[in-house]
Amino acid sequence: MNWHAVRVIYKFEMLRAWHTLLQTILSPVISTSLYFVVFGAAIGSRIEQVEGVSYGAFIVPGLIMLSLLTQSISNASFGIYFPRFTGTIYEVLSAPISFYEILLGYVGAAASKSLIIGTIILVTAGFFVELRIAHPLWMLAFLILTCVSFSLLGFIIGIWADSFEKLQLIPLLVITPLVFLGGSFYSVEMLPPAWQTVTLFNPVLYLISGFRWSFFEVADVSVGLSLFMILLFLAICSAIVWWMFKSGYRLKQ
Amino acid sequence: MPPIVSINRVSKRYASGHQALTDVSLDIAEGEILALLGPNGAGKTTLISTICGIVTASSGTVTVAGYDNVSDYRKTRELIGLVPQELTLGAFDTVWNSVSFSRGLFGKRPHPALLEELLKELSLWEKRDSMLMTLSGGMKRRVLIAKALSHEPRILFLDEPTAGVDVELRKDMWRLVERLRQSGVTIILTTHYIEEAEEIADRVGVIDGGRLLLVDDKNRLMHEMGRKQLEIELKQPLAALPAGLDRWDLSLAGDGSRLIYTYDTQARSTGITALLQAIHDAGLSLKDLKSKQSSLEEIFVDLVNMKP
Repeated sequence: MNWHAVRVIYKFEMLRAWHTLLQTILSPVISTSLYFVVFGAAIGSRIEQVEGVSYGAFIVPGLIMLSLLTQSISNASFGIYFPRFTGTIYEVLSAPISFYEILLGYVGAAASKSLIIGTIILVTAGFFVELRIAHPLWMLAFLILTCVSFSLLGFIIGIWADSFEKLQLIPLLVITPLVFLGGSFYSVEMLPPAWQTVTLFNPVLYLISGFRWSFFEVADVSVGLSLFMILLFLAICSAIVWWMFKSGYRLKQ
Repeated sequence: MPPIVSINRVSKRYASGHQALTDVSLDIAEGEILALLGPNGAGKTTLISTICGIVTASSGTVTVAGYDNVSDYRKTRELIGLVPQELTLGAFDTVWNSVSFSRGLFGKRPHPALLEELLKELSLWEKRDSMLMTLSGGMKRRVLIAKALSHEPRILFLDEPTAGVDVELRKDMWRLVERLRQSGVTIILTTHYIEEAEEIADRVGVIDGGRLLLVDDKNRLMHEMGRKQLEIELKQPLAALPAGLDRWDLSLAGDGSRLIYTYDTQARSTGITALLQAIHDAGLSLKDLKSKQSSLEEIFVDLVNMKP
């Protein structure tokens, strides 16, 4: 195991966030605050309670998930795409390092960054609404699993993409709609029955539902199912990465 | 002594169908400087990339210090440093961080004193805190060299090291190459500047169209493949070759004031004595004599043109 290599890749990726510290920390804080102003204060005052939880608090897990998913994907995809784009990937490919060590460095850093951002949002949210976390360990587990899975997805996108446009394509066209339609800002029960069924096909619903359960013990689907779905997603991403490494897809000729 | 790098019947066909290497075999001895000569697109970079593990060979094997470069890639790669042809560097990193990154990537623990020495040798020490994107092209190439040497490799690949490089850097680089050679580092460089190979290499390999046409000791290559030309300057220009001189391989140049005689240094008899006698007999008087050895470049052009 080449730990020195994993360390320098991890450090390099974390340092990249450090250089854009303002953007890394300030942007989730600002967007979270804006969501609270719009949804929490303006709309929330008319909704008041969802399943016994104040609307302002109800949207917190969804908001965290929204940032976590988009940040994980964008961080991890950019992290591996940029060296491919500039050509500096030659150095990583010629180094005495396995693909799994490369993965550990890049995905580990992207997941860490998302985890930090998730924590920042949680703390910011605490200034706006009264939060209680019923199952802190479960919350942490959902948080970490989500960060890792979606950083893996980001890594896959970063290897697949051969232009900056493609890099943005999946987050923009797939992930953002899925998050918004996955019950970030509402309970599935608030939808008409037909749409409730459609929503069940949205994988993000299971993430948000499980995560929200760890806060308020209210969920759209059972927690076990949520956990199963996220583990399934993790397994699928891992399998794709395994195949990419085995075939040298877009990395080695 | 077993070769430090042994390339055994390596072929590479890219997914696009382009056959970049065909059945290349080559042994590289520890501590030697080998220059791979060849025109653009000859397969030089593919060959280097295959040894370094960036490109997977379609067939054939490569061993480095006795280890297979696929199954024992950790052992082979930590011995190798690569300076790529393109100026591929990140943008938002400092020189120091970038070089430290390379050292770690190759599995070595941090060693600031060594990196300091290296940066000083490459005149990069003043620039250690500069962002890579602010550096000039020459400076970027120095950084790439520093990165390749940061993990103290035993084998150094320099892919077109002097393409678009100014005189000063070229001098610095050859000084560095000399120092590395003294310390026993094996150096493989690709170039299409023949003077470069002529100046520093121990052996020269010529590669074209994905085939290794020959590898030989530089001096022997120049000696064996070399032809010499004797330039005979005459006092009186000639309109045509006199009848008595047509059995030699002669040509007239410079409005008939010079005779050019091409001969093979390996032949049992060069025919020079007889030629000079014949010139004397023809009643021509000489002004000057000059002989010239063909350069590696001429040998190279001959070789590339000779291939089927």
